[in-house]
Amino acid sequence: MKLVLSAEQRELRTAVRGFLGTASPLSKVREDAEGPDGYDRAVYRRLNGELGLAGLIVPEEYGGAGAGHADLAVALEETGAALLPGPLLATVFATIVLTELPEGGAVKELLPGIASGTTVATVAPFPGQPGAVTASGDTLSGELPAVPNGADADVILVVAGTGDQVTVHAVEAGAQGVGRTPLTTLDLTRRQARVTLDHAHGRLAGGGEAAGRALARAFDLASVALAAEQLGVLRAGLDAIVAYSRIRMAFGRQIGSYQAVKHKLADMHCKLEQADAIVRYAAWAADESPAELAEAAALAQAYVGRACFEVARGQLLLHGGIGFTWEHDAHLYYKRAKSDEVLFGPSRTHRTRLADLVI
Amino acid sequence: MDLEEYQRCARTWLAANAPGARAEGATEEDGLAAAKDFMARLYDAGYSGITWPAEWGGQGLTQAEERAFATEASEVTLPTYVFSIGLGMCGPTLVDLGTPEQKTRHIKKLLRGEDIWCQLFSEPGAGSDVASLQTRAVPSDDGGWVVNGQKVWTSVAQHADYGLLLARTDVDVPKHKGLTMFIVDMHADGVTVRPLKDMTGRAHFNEIFFDDVYIAPGNVVGQVNDGWSCAVTTLLHERLSISSGVGMSGQRDNPASFDSLRKIVDTSDPLVRDGLVELHIRSRALALFNAKLSQETKAGVFPGARGSAAKLLLAELVNFQADLAVSLAGPEAVAYEGAGGLAGAIALAPAMSLGGGTNEIMRNIIGDRVLNLPPEPRVDKNVPFKDLKVGTQS
Repeated sequence: MKLVLSAEQRELRTAVRGFLGTASPLSKVREDAEGPDGYDRAVYRRLNGELGLAGLIVPEEYGGAGAGHADLAVALEETGAALLPGPLLATVFATIVLTELPEGGAVKELLPGIASGTTVATVAPFPGQPGAVTASGDTLSGELPAVPNGADADVILVVAGTGDQVTVHAVEAGAQGVGRTPLTTLDLTRRQARVTLDHAHGRLAGGGEAAGRALARAFDLASVALAAEQLGVLRAGLDAIVAYSRIRMAFGRQIGSYQAVKHKLADMHCKLEQADAIVRYAAWAADESPAELAEAAALAQAYVGRACFEVARGQLLLHGGIGFTWEHDAHLYYKRAKSDEVLFGPSRTHRTRLADLVI
Repeated sequence: MDLEEYQRCARTWLAANAPGARAEGATEEDGLAAAKDFMARLYDAGYSGITWPAEWGGQGLTQAEERAFATEASEVTLPTYVFSIGLGMCGPTLVDLGTPEQKTRHIKKLLRGEDIWCQLFSEPGAGSDVASLQTRAVPSDDGGWVVNGQKVWTSVAQHADYGLLLARTDVDVPKHKGLTMFIVDMHADGVTVRPLKDMTGRAHFNEIFFDDVYIAPGNVVGQVNDGWSCAVTTLLHERLSISSGVGMSGQRDNPASFDSLRKIVDTSDPLVRDGLVELHIRSRALALFNAKLSQETKAGVFPGARGSAAKLLLAELVNFQADLAVSLAGPEAVAYEGAGGLAGAIALAPAMSLGGGTNEIMRNIIGDRVLNLPPEPRVDKNVPFKDLKVGTQS
């Protein structure tokens, strides 16, 4: 079990943090999120071109970096901390599904484009997400009420059917019979869309028992990736309020000197320490210990998702009235944290999954 | 020997040497003799002081071996409680700060269980604010010291051969600047140890009275009047040893543990399942955090004040766990014939939040030293100790 970063992983963290600090500071995040696309396509291209983030876990033979999930977690923690807008996480989910599916079909043809950053992709529905699609051959019909970056994606990986009958299809966004309606989202920095499929064509990417197993593992891996993002959001929100508590004066003292404030921050720090350990453990299990992955992934979502929101809420409240204003960044963390917490279903579903594994 | 081999040897040794429960009718003295005998065999087999420097009698190995042994030891019950203060706090402090002569004199006997140690910091008027302690040590003509005062909450003092004592050596300077740490012989004339019955009905600790107790030269740890920084070293070791469970028996014997509870409750009830899964989540979260701290330590990054987070989380977990266990078990947990394991667990739980620094003190430490938040204004900071009001004195 490996819970501390390697030298290479620390370098990756520094590189991603440095890049985002200049290319996508929070002032720009806000601007981009409220713009027409919801994100800056030039930044997204550089993120993939210079840092290769979308292709990080894609095998080298498909143009990726062939890195592991522990490396991916390091990168996503930073994009989470920066509240990076746009389709990176959705695309990562798609790469996870595609790399887990057995060889053959349309799968691997899609990977090089995704790895190079030219193809934006998403997946729906993962377990816990709304929507149902039925497949007749490669013709798909159904409704997906909330697809992450559904309107931004060039390709939507659609999961149709259940159990042994499950199939995965690659649907081109512009194909006939595909309807996409952008939704209003709580989290300004990550858009979602309602997608309708009316006899739409979807190239078969995998099906049957093997695909079912691959999807189950892909869901666990995506849960770990999401937890890594949540860890970053938690950390950045806590850093922001700790910094503010050192400079904001009240009654002649910095507010961080009052135990009423200090003790809340200490409790948030404890959550950070534990969330960090859990994410590192789950990411290690993703790479090195497949038998532990399901439990580790459920633990990661059950703990880190909740901790992230509690810290995001705590930091907003400790900012006082300014934290409730639109112009302050506190609500951006708060909204990302809540949206992430329920992204893969109501939080009770992760607890139920974990309970079924351990009790 | 590689690590797996090391762990396998430890397992074999423990299987052959870990004693079972104390025989029926055996006295406390029998138990103490058996514990000392076990500790000597543990040391001779190379499993006491695994990471301690070899030149003072330790094994000079790494955290990896320590962890491997701890993993195996958590599967059995070892009679090491009476040595836990020495192994977890006093010994590490001497290794860090003691003179070569002190280390030669004490470390090996401490590791071998020949000497039992206790820690003498807290007083009736000085708990969280331990630097306001009033026990006085004044120099004697021969370069030694004479001690008068009272200490409290002292675990294992009734068995102790030596104590690590913090006493006031200068009352004309502010409270942190007039303290000195001493090694005190607990068998010396003038030392009175009185058991203190706690809320569990048992005497887990003692109060100690010092009446003109003489301490010979060569027993100051660190520098005279620099005792506070020595005490901080001890307290860091204390928090780490509490959170990592040094001297504590494994969860196997805990009637409130996840595994024990699972066997006595209706696990088909969704609310029971939710309680159990919350316990599992918190236990795993803390276990992984502790594992991370020990991996960092191995890599040369010392946890320092972050150990306070581990100690706070353990205290909260123990209290949550006992509360949950009794709540799930229901009325039979609080009215019983015989041992009453869960009643014992809920009665003992507060100890974890109070011993080794309260939850509030842990949060202050995390805020001040981990998050670097501004300290609270200290009205007593620059006041000579003799002008200070401490405890509940008026």
